Amino acid sequence: MRDVVGLALIFGGLFFVLVSALGLVRFPDFYTRSHALGKSDTLGTILVLGGLAVYGGLTLSSLKLLLILIFVGLGNPTATHALTRAALRSRHEIWSRREGGKKE
Amino acid sequence: MIHRYQGVVVELVSRAVVPAIQVFALYIITHGHYSPGGGFQGGALLAASILLLRFTQGRKESYRRFPPGAGFALAALGLLIFLLVGLASVARGGSFLDYAYLPWPWASPETLRYYGILVVEAGIALTVWGTLVVVFDQVGTRTRDV
Repeated sequence: MRDVVGLALIFGGLFFVLVSALGLVRFPDFYTRSHALGKSDTLGTILVLGGLAVYGGLTLSSLKLLLILIFVGLGNPTATHALTRAALRSRHEIWSRREGGKKE
Repeated sequence: MIHRYQGVVVELVSRAVVPAIQVFALYIITHGHYSPGGGFQGGALLAASILLLRFTQGRKESYRRFPPGAGFALAALGLLIFLLVGLASVARGGSFLDYAYLPWPWASPETLRYYGILVVEAGIALTVWGTLVVVFDQVGTRTRDV
Protein backbone atom coordinates (compact mmCIF):
# COMPACT_ATOMS: atom_id res chain seq x y z
CA MET A 1 0.00 0.00 0.00
CA ARG A 2 2.80 2.38 0.95
CA ASP A 3 4.67 1.41 -2.22
CA VAL A 4 1.63 2.16 -4.35
CA VAL A 5 1.05 5.58 -2.81
CA GLY A 6 4.74 6.46 -2.98
CA LEU A 7 5.12 5.39 -6.60
CA ALA A 8 1.92 7.22 -7.56
CA LEU A 9 3.27 10.42 -5.98
CA ILE A 10 6.66 10.00 -7.65
CA PHE A 11 5.18 9.46 -11.11
CA GLY A 12 2.70 12.31 -10.63
CA GLY A 13 5.65 14.53 -9.75
CA LEU A 14 7.56 13.33 -12.81
CA PHE A 15 4.58 14.34 -14.95
CA PHE A 16 4.71 17.89 -13.60
CA VAL A 17 8.49 18.10 -14.05
CA LEU A 18 8.03 16.93 -17.64
CA VAL A 19 5.35 19.55 -18.24
CA SER A 20 7.55 22.31 -16.86
CA ALA A 21 10.48 21.19 -19.02
CA LEU A 22 8.15 21.25 -22.02
CA GLY A 23 7.09 24.77 -21.04
CA LEU A 24 10.73 25.83 -20.79
CA VAL A 25 11.34 24.65 -24.34
CA ARG A 26 8.11 25.80 -25.97
CA PHE A 27 7.18 29.10 -24.30
CA PRO A 28 8.19 32.28 -26.14
CA ASP A 29 9.79 34.62 -23.60
CA PHE A 30 11.31 34.93 -20.15
CA TYR A 31 8.11 35.61 -18.22
CA THR A 32 6.13 32.70 -19.57
CA ARG A 33 9.10 30.38 -19.08
CA SER A 34 9.50 31.41 -15.46
CA HIS A 35 5.75 30.90 -15.10
CA ALA A 36 6.25 27.29 -16.17
CA LEU A 37 9.30 26.74 -13.99
CA GLY A 38 8.15 28.58 -10.91
CA LYS A 39 4.96 26.67 -10.32
CA SER A 40 5.04 23.39 -12.17
CA ASP A 41 8.61 22.53 -11.32
CA THR A 42 8.05 23.28 -7.63
CA LEU A 43 4.97 21.09 -7.52
CA GLY A 44 6.78 18.30 -9.35
CA THR A 45 9.76 18.40 -7.03
CA ILE A 46 7.53 18.47 -3.97
CA LEU A 47 5.55 15.47 -5.24
CA VAL A 48 8.69 13.47 -6.10
CA LEU A 49 10.33 14.17 -2.72
CA GLY A 50 7.11 13.47 -0.84
CA GLY A 51 6.70 10.24 -2.80
CA LEU A 52 10.24 9.20 -1.92
CA ALA A 53 9.56 9.97 1.75
CA VAL A 54 6.39 7.87 1.69
CA TYR A 55 8.15 5.07 -0.21
CA GLY A 56 11.04 4.94 2.25
CA GLY A 57 8.88 4.93 5.36
CA LEU A 58 9.38 6.96 8.52
CA THR A 59 13.15 7.14 9.00
CA LEU A 60 15.73 9.87 9.52
CA SER A 61 16.21 10.00 5.76
CA SER A 62 12.53 10.72 5.13
CA LEU A 63 12.71 13.48 7.75
CA LYS A 64 15.60 15.01 5.79
CA LEU A 65 13.59 14.62 2.58
CA LEU A 66 10.73 16.53 4.23
CA LEU A 67 13.16 19.31 5.17
CA ILE A 68 14.42 19.49 1.57
CA LEU A 69 10.78 19.58 0.45
CA ILE A 70 10.01 22.55 2.70
CA PHE A 71 13.07 24.48 1.54
CA VAL A 72 12.48 23.77 -2.14
CA GLY A 73 8.88 24.88 -1.68
CA LEU A 74 10.06 28.10 -0.05
CA GLY A 75 13.07 28.82 -2.20
CA ASN A 76 12.03 27.98 -5.73
CA PRO A 77 8.98 30.29 -5.97
CA THR A 78 10.87 33.06 -4.17
CA ALA A 79 13.79 32.85 -6.59
CA THR A 80 11.40 32.88 -9.54
CA HIS A 81 9.58 35.87 -8.05
CA ALA A 82 12.84 37.78 -7.57
CA LEU A 83 14.05 37.03 -11.10
CA THR A 84 10.80 38.02 -12.80
CA ARG A 85 10.52 41.14 -10.68
CA ALA A 86 14.06 42.14 -11.58
CA ALA A 87 13.33 41.50 -15.27
CA LEU A 88 10.16 43.60 -15.10
CA ARG A 89 11.99 46.44 -13.35
CA SER A 90 14.75 46.50 -15.92
CA ARG A 91 12.00 46.65 -18.56
CA HIS A 92 12.66 43.30 -20.17
CA GLU A 93 10.47 42.98 -23.23
CA ILE A 94 7.10 41.25 -22.76
CA TRP A 95 6.06 38.92 -25.54
CA SER A 96 2.70 39.43 -27.15
CA ARG A 97 1.15 37.88 -30.21
CA ARG A 98 0.12 41.21 -31.65
CA GLU A 99 3.41 43.07 -31.55
CA GLY A 100 5.89 41.07 -33.53
CA GLY A 101 5.28 37.74 -31.86
CA LYS A 102 5.61 34.70 -34.03
CA LYS A 103 2.21 33.61 -35.32
CA GLU A 104 1.96 29.86 -35.25
CA MET B 1 25.18 46.85 -6.37
CA ILE B 2 24.38 46.07 -2.78
CA HIS B 3 21.18 47.87 -1.97
CA ARG B 4 18.17 46.82 -0.02
CA TYR B 5 15.83 44.66 -2.07
CA GLN B 6 12.47 46.40 -2.20
CA GLY B 7 10.14 43.47 -1.91
CA VAL B 8 8.38 41.86 1.01
CA VAL B 9 8.40 38.27 -0.31
CA VAL B 10 12.13 37.94 -0.82
CA GLU B 11 12.92 39.77 2.39
CA LEU B 12 10.64 37.63 4.58
CA VAL B 13 11.73 34.35 3.00
CA SER B 14 15.40 35.24 3.33
CA ARG B 15 14.88 36.21 6.94
CA ALA B 16 13.32 32.80 7.57
CA VAL B 17 15.83 30.79 5.56
CA VAL B 18 19.15 32.29 6.70
CA PRO B 19 19.11 30.81 10.26
CA ALA B 20 18.02 27.44 8.86
CA ILE B 21 20.95 27.46 6.43
CA GLN B 22 23.33 28.24 9.27
CA VAL B 23 22.00 25.45 11.50
CA PHE B 24 22.23 23.01 8.60
CA ALA B 25 25.82 24.18 7.99
CA LEU B 26 26.70 23.34 11.61
CA TYR B 27 25.13 19.89 11.11
CA ILE B 28 27.19 19.39 7.94
CA ILE B 29 30.40 20.41 9.70
CA THR B 30 29.93 18.27 12.80
CA HIS B 31 28.78 15.18 10.88
CA GLY B 32 31.43 15.51 8.20
CA HIS B 33 33.59 12.61 9.27
CA TYR B 34 31.01 9.88 8.88
CA SER B 35 28.53 11.22 6.34
CA PRO B 36 28.84 13.35 3.19
CA GLY B 37 29.91 16.86 4.02
CA GLY B 38 32.64 18.36 6.09
CA GLY B 39 34.40 21.61 6.73
CA PHE B 40 34.49 22.95 3.21
CA GLN B 41 30.82 22.30 2.47
CA GLY B 42 29.68 23.65 5.82
CA GLY B 43 31.81 26.76 5.39
CA ALA B 44 30.41 27.29 1.92
CA LEU B 45 26.88 27.08 3.36
CA LEU B 46 27.74 29.61 6.08
CA ALA B 47 29.14 31.93 3.41
CA ALA B 48 26.02 31.42 1.30
CA SER B 49 23.82 32.51 4.19
CA ILE B 50 25.88 35.69 4.60
CA LEU B 51 25.71 36.36 0.85
CA LEU B 52 21.93 35.95 0.99
CA LEU B 53 21.90 38.61 3.71
CA ARG B 54 24.09 40.84 1.55
CA PHE B 55 21.73 40.46 -1.39
CA THR B 56 18.44 40.95 0.40
CA GLN B 57 19.00 43.13 3.46
CA GLY B 58 21.15 45.85 1.93
CA ARG B 59 24.59 47.10 2.81
CA LYS B 60 23.79 48.86 6.07
CA GLU B 61 21.93 46.00 7.72
CA SER B 62 24.14 43.20 6.43
CA TYR B 63 27.35 45.02 7.37
CA ARG B 64 25.92 45.36 10.86
CA ARG B 65 25.29 41.61 11.00
CA PHE B 66 28.61 40.62 9.43
CA PRO B 67 31.19 43.42 9.19
CA PRO B 68 33.44 43.43 6.10
CA GLY B 69 36.58 42.96 8.20
CA ALA B 70 35.19 39.90 9.99
CA GLY B 71 35.84 37.71 6.95
CA PHE B 72 39.60 38.29 7.15
CA ALA B 73 39.60 37.58 10.88
CA LEU B 74 37.61 34.36 10.47
CA ALA B 75 39.83 33.12 7.64
CA ALA B 76 42.99 33.83 9.62
CA LEU B 77 41.55 32.18 12.75
CA GLY B 78 40.60 29.04 10.84
CA LEU B 79 44.03 28.77 9.26
CA LEU B 80 45.61 29.25 12.67
CA ILE B 81 43.53 26.40 14.14
CA PHE B 82 44.45 24.12 11.23
CA LEU B 83 48.16 24.87 11.52
CA LEU B 84 48.23 24.59 15.31
CA VAL B 85 46.59 21.15 15.28
CA GLY B 86 48.87 20.00 12.47
CA LEU B 87 52.04 21.27 14.06
CA ALA B 88 51.10 20.03 17.53
CA SER B 89 51.22 16.47 16.27
CA VAL B 90 54.52 17.19 14.51
CA ALA B 91 55.92 18.51 17.80
CA ARG B 92 55.00 15.25 19.56
CA GLY B 93 56.81 13.15 16.97
CA GLY B 94 54.05 12.25 14.50
CA SER B 95 53.59 13.47 10.96
CA PHE B 96 51.57 16.57 10.01
CA LEU B 97 47.89 16.25 11.06
CA ASP B 98 48.50 12.85 12.67
CA TYR B 99 45.84 13.29 15.34
CA ALA B 100 46.95 10.36 17.46
CA TYR B 101 50.03 12.36 18.50
CA LEU B 102 48.08 15.35 19.81
CA PRO B 103 49.38 16.48 23.22
CA TRP B 104 46.74 14.82 25.42
CA PRO B 105 48.48 11.60 26.46
CA TRP B 106 45.66 10.40 28.75
CA ALA B 107 43.17 10.09 25.86
CA SER B 108 43.19 7.05 23.62
CA PRO B 109 44.36 7.44 19.99
CA GLU B 110 40.81 6.77 18.75
CA THR B 111 39.39 9.60 20.85
CA LEU B 112 42.17 11.88 19.73
CA ARG B 113 41.52 11.08 16.06
CA TYR B 114 37.78 11.60 16.55
CA TYR B 115 38.08 15.04 18.13
CA GLY B 116 41.17 16.11 16.19
CA ILE B 117 39.44 15.79 12.84
CA LEU B 118 36.43 17.66 14.26
CA VAL B 119 38.61 20.60 15.32
CA VAL B 120 40.39 20.65 11.96
CA GLU B 121 37.06 20.59 10.11
CA ALA B 122 35.89 23.54 12.19
CA GLY B 123 39.04 25.42 11.22
CA ILE B 124 38.52 24.64 7.54
CA ALA B 125 34.90 25.79 7.81
CA LEU B 126 35.91 29.12 9.36
CA THR B 127 38.51 29.67 6.63
CA VAL B 128 36.13 28.89 3.78
CA TRP B 129 33.38 31.02 5.33
CA GLY B 130 35.60 34.06 5.76
CA THR B 131 37.34 33.72 2.40
CA LEU B 132 34.17 33.38 0.34
CA VAL B 133 32.55 36.39 2.00
CA VAL B 134 35.73 38.44 1.51
CA VAL B 135 35.86 37.47 -2.16
CA PHE B 136 32.26 38.57 -2.61
CA ASP B 137 32.85 41.84 -0.78
CA GLN B 138 35.93 42.65 -2.85
CA VAL B 139 34.36 41.77 -6.18
CA GLY B 140 30.78 42.80 -5.59
CA THR B 141 31.20 46.26 -4.11
CA ARG B 142 33.52 47.77 -6.69
CA THR B 143 30.72 48.45 -9.14
CA ARG B 144 28.64 51.57 -8.77
CA ASP B 145 25.55 51.57 -6.59
CA VAL B 146 22.40 51.34 -8.68
